[in-house]
Amino acid sequence: MAAISVAEPPPPLLDVRGLSIALPDGADRPFAVDNLSFTLNPDEILCVVGESGSGKSMTAHAVMGLLPPSVRLAAGGLFFRDTNVLTQPEAKRRELRGGRIAMIFQEPMTALNPLMRVGEQVEESLRAHTPLDRAGRRARVQELFAQVGLPNPAELVRSYPFRLSGGQRQRVMIALALACEPDLLIADEPTTALDVTTQKQILDLIRRIQAERHMGVMFITHDFGVVAEIAHRVAVMQNGKMVEIGTAAEVLNRPRHPYTRQLIAAVPHTMGQRAAFARVGEPLLRAEGINKIFRVGGGLFRKAKEVVAGHEIALTIHAGETVGLVGESGSGKSTLGRSIVGLMKPDNGHIFFRGTDLMTLAPRDFRPFRREIQMVFQDPYASLNPRRTVGDIIAQGPVAFGESPSVARAKAEELLGLVGLDGNAAGRYPHEFSGGQRQRISIARALAMGPSLLIADEPVSALDVSVQAQVLGLLDDIRRRFNLSMLFITHDLRIASRVCDTIAVMRRGVIVETGPADRVFGDPRHAYTRALLDAIPGRGWHVPAELAQCPAELAQ
Amino acid sequence: MAGLARFFGGRLIKAVAILFAIVVMNFLLVHAAPGDPATVMAGEAGAGDAQFVAQLREQFGLDRPLVVQLGTYIGHVSTGDLGFSYRQQKPVWELLVQRLPATLVLTASAFALALVLGIGLGTLAAVHAGTLRDGAITVLALLAYATPIYWIGLMLILLFSVRLGWLPAFGYETVGAGLTGIAHLADIAKHMVLPVATLGLFYMAVYARLTRASIQEVRDMDFVKTARAKGLRESTVVFRHILRNAILPVITVAGVQAGQLIGGSILIETVFAWPGIGRLAFEAVLQRDYQVLLGIFFISSVMVIVFNIVTDLIYSLIDPRIDLAS
Amino acid sequence: MRSKTFWQAYARNKAARFGLVIMILVVVLGLFAGVLFPASPWDMVNAPFLPPLSDGALLGTDTLGRDIAAGIAYGARVSLLIGMTSTAVAVVVGVTLGALAGFFGGWVDDALMRFTELFQTIPNFVLTVVLVAIFTPSQRSIISAIAIVSWPPLARLARAEFMSLRSREFVQAAMTTGQSNMAIIFREILPNSLSPLIVSASLMVATAVLLESSLSFLGLGDPNAMSWGYMIGSARTVIRQAWWMSFFPGLAILLTVLALNLIGEGLNDALNPRLSRQGKA
Repeated sequence: MAAISVAEPPPPLLDVRGLSIALPDGADRPFAVDNLSFTLNPDEILCVVGESGSGKSMTAHAVMGLLPPSVRLAAGGLFFRDTNVLTQPEAKRRELRGGRIAMIFQEPMTALNPLMRVGEQVEESLRAHTPLDRAGRRARVQELFAQVGLPNPAELVRSYPFRLSGGQRQRVMIALALACEPDLLIADEPTTALDVTTQKQILDLIRRIQAERHMGVMFITHDFGVVAEIAHRVAVMQNGKMVEIGTAAEVLNRPRHPYTRQLIAAVPHTMGQRAAFARVGEPLLRAEGINKIFRVGGGLFRKAKEVVAGHEIALTIHAGETVGLVGESGSGKSTLGRSIVGLMKPDNGHIFFRGTDLMTLAPRDFRPFRREIQMVFQDPYASLNPRRTVGDIIAQGPVAFGESPSVARAKAEELLGLVGLDGNAAGRYPHEFSGGQRQRISIARALAMGPSLLIADEPVSALDVSVQAQVLGLLDDIRRRFNLSMLFITHDLRIASRVCDTIAVMRRGVIVETGPADRVFGDPRHAYTRALLDAIPGRGWHVPAELAQCPAELAQ
Repeated sequence: MAGLARFFGGRLIKAVAILFAIVVMNFLLVHAAPGDPATVMAGEAGAGDAQFVAQLREQFGLDRPLVVQLGTYIGHVSTGDLGFSYRQQKPVWELLVQRLPATLVLTASAFALALVLGIGLGTLAAVHAGTLRDGAITVLALLAYATPIYWIGLMLILLFSVRLGWLPAFGYETVGAGLTGIAHLADIAKHMVLPVATLGLFYMAVYARLTRASIQEVRDMDFVKTARAKGLRESTVVFRHILRNAILPVITVAGVQAGQLIGGSILIETVFAWPGIGRLAFEAVLQRDYQVLLGIFFISSVMVIVFNIVTDLIYSLIDPRIDLAS
Repeated sequence: MRSKTFWQAYARNKAARFGLVIMILVVVLGLFAGVLFPASPWDMVNAPFLPPLSDGALLGTDTLGRDIAAGIAYGARVSLLIGMTSTAVAVVVGVTLGALAGFFGGWVDDALMRFTELFQTIPNFVLTVVLVAIFTPSQRSIISAIAIVSWPPLARLARAEFMSLRSREFVQAAMTTGQSNMAIIFREILPNSLSPLIVSASLMVATAVLLESSLSFLGLGDPNAMSWGYMIGSARTVIRQAWWMSFFPGLAILLTVLALNLIGEGLNDALNPRLSRQGKA
């Protein structure tokens, strides 16, 4: 605590001293945040990095005074410009909140009141903290909207949130946060829910505004790419404790703590280092001229909005090949995968699998192909029936195809071992497993059918980075071992570069570019591919060589 | 305005479809009932009058094929001919028109009272969740929810009319008082207090419970956190942000339950001798006057449809996402 | 293990325990009505208009000298029997229609939902009155009429559950591993949608008890069975002279319906632990 008196201008904007936040009884650990101390200086961006449950978000909420009622401040102080805000009366804290300290949240889709015009929502903050009159507030809101790059501010202020895209809503949130010229901006994973190109724009915006206004920014993220893009200093948190803090250059390039090293090693980084795949013979799967249009809304008296999820899609997958289908949300990348496994019917087109057009098959004739084509889903918490044992879940497929339950069960246990789980996992229920383990169970379920083609639809996007790396490693291993073909659907180019032989880039239902991964990443031909690659956060940073060499598991 | 017209156009078509289905249902009921359709239509009183039955048989072509009969029936209904009550010696339509205003006044007041009080109490309970006040409101709502409304009516009569003598128990106005103008209105209002309170009480309980639950759900939503992060006063957060969003499901349910409210008026009007269609229904049940009963079924369905359109309108005023104009 | 945690969660709700106790008392009263009151509840056993606590008539007698306490005991049978049976019918109809609509979607859903909407728009008490009046009051017509107006909310709930579960990834996984529709419905979806269905069914019994009592209040009850609503209905005109004749049967309805509601809420807490779950770090 004596550090304050040392003459070292400027004094910190925010000084967190020995902060502890207690979780309710029965939680998995006693403290969400455990004896946390750090400082944030004016005019700097401090990135707080950690995986889910590390307490980084809880810390941010504590600064704002927005902790959920179930947790309790147990110890410590939060000094904002030398005043301990924790001991301040609520009225004073309210003045700080939105006035001197502002916050933006992760989910722009739900962070705005759906029933209020967006301009009005920003005005509310001005009314609470400034003496501006109505006209003055209106002018200020339009000015703010222009500053955060919202198109046509004069009109947009009168829109309701549902009319705006996710990126636009996040810009509104930023305008809202900036309304009263705060000294400290807390950004809680502000780009996590956004597409990569939008993420880039928002990161640029935050960086620009921070530089212009010399604000202090506490930026919370789980993504080291984002850290590399934006941070001046970095703090790494694990299980409520800070394990490492330093300048961005230090932490990113010379991480000292084993946990930091593990996280950085798990960052997908093998850009274009994969051996070239040689396509030989007939393709296992050939899709041609797939079209799909979704009609959203609409009714007897309203015309439905049309969303093109597929326009003349063509794609081939050879035996043993992993094809990455890359695109942003709403690009229609899942449509093809779901059509191949028969969960969706395209409007027209052909999907030839070993020469048979799956699209022409009646459900009964399609059935044999179910064994051949299997799918791994995105959300490990939604993809396993909570009321059935893991063994049942894996064995159900083979049993439906006539295998005896005891044989299927024995095979299930064997497969559990193969995906790195204990054989006795078969008798347990899904809720007893972590997200990564559940995804392993999903993979085992798919393998139980003995498929030759695996559709993996964003299989790791719901997982923490370190777990991501492990599951990707498993998929790669299995693919090689069983000579599986794989359609790997992802929004994350870094991940695609790590596991795919061939890349197809999709945008608004159209595949704009296809080619060997090396070529697509090294020499992108389509402007959109270039934009996507350019938007990958942390492009200028390379994982330190010592960590890049070894797989994530060994870096621990 | 074009959007509003289209909205009403859409609702009107839906309403006509529903009414058509109800007319068909009425028709089928008459035929599915035990006994000859003509005697069913004649009712208990008219069945003895052979000439009346024969006239009905001819009028509705009851010896013709069923489809033709249905056509004839729909033809009658679409010209406002809902049949003839032998017992009352009046066309059913005339009876209904005579009784409708009283029921409309009763149900509309009860509906408004229930919504306003229900949302108010529910909000109070949610804001003070876990306190004594919340507990009291919750218990009150639970009790009102579990009590048969006709019994509440009787008990209120017992208390306020029989014991305390504060309020009249029966009827619509003081018979033979010959009041006019303001005094007449005041007299009617006095007669309305107990029936409206009784009918409203149950739905007030429903809306209070719903509002409380809805507020507790909305309270945890992200945009409420945003509102707090702006440094707004708690009262602003509650009224501008939480309550407006929390009311939406309450209004949806209120619309769906409008039908039950109108059904409930049968019981209330019976208890309080309120001269509306509910009372008429009770009389028709006693007299086995089926034409009247089916007419009431029809007219109360029309009322539900009107209530539904009103709640749709209220909803669209609050929620910008329901865009009447597109 | 499951049932133990279920009871623990249920018993944590004090009001739900209270509801269960009342319910058990009502059931016992109904079951042993014949033992407690050997005479028929229709028999004139005493002088008419006896107030409560009179000799031989604990809760008094009605206008015809019938024992009110006996009527309440026999009335419990009718209320529970009709409440449960009509709910059972409504559950079967509603869940089947809702499940079909939610699972198959498309035109099946459209058609079934228009049908459901129709029944939801119809003022349901008026329809019950019309149905029972036209088909003449009997146990069967009353049960059918209550079931006919009660199924739509369950259909909507089942549809919503089936729809959301159908697009859940574990159900899609079951499809891609070649499970039949029947297996998917009964093994994957139904078990996961059971909790909300059970809760609303238990609340629906309460509504059905209220509906039955309202019907018999209007004189549309089963003419062969003494019921609470009938007792209130026939005492209505003498409320000024004899409050007890309508008071006690009403109290019986209130307690029964309250108990059923409390049980429903207890089941909700025990089966849908979403609300009680604490936020994680």
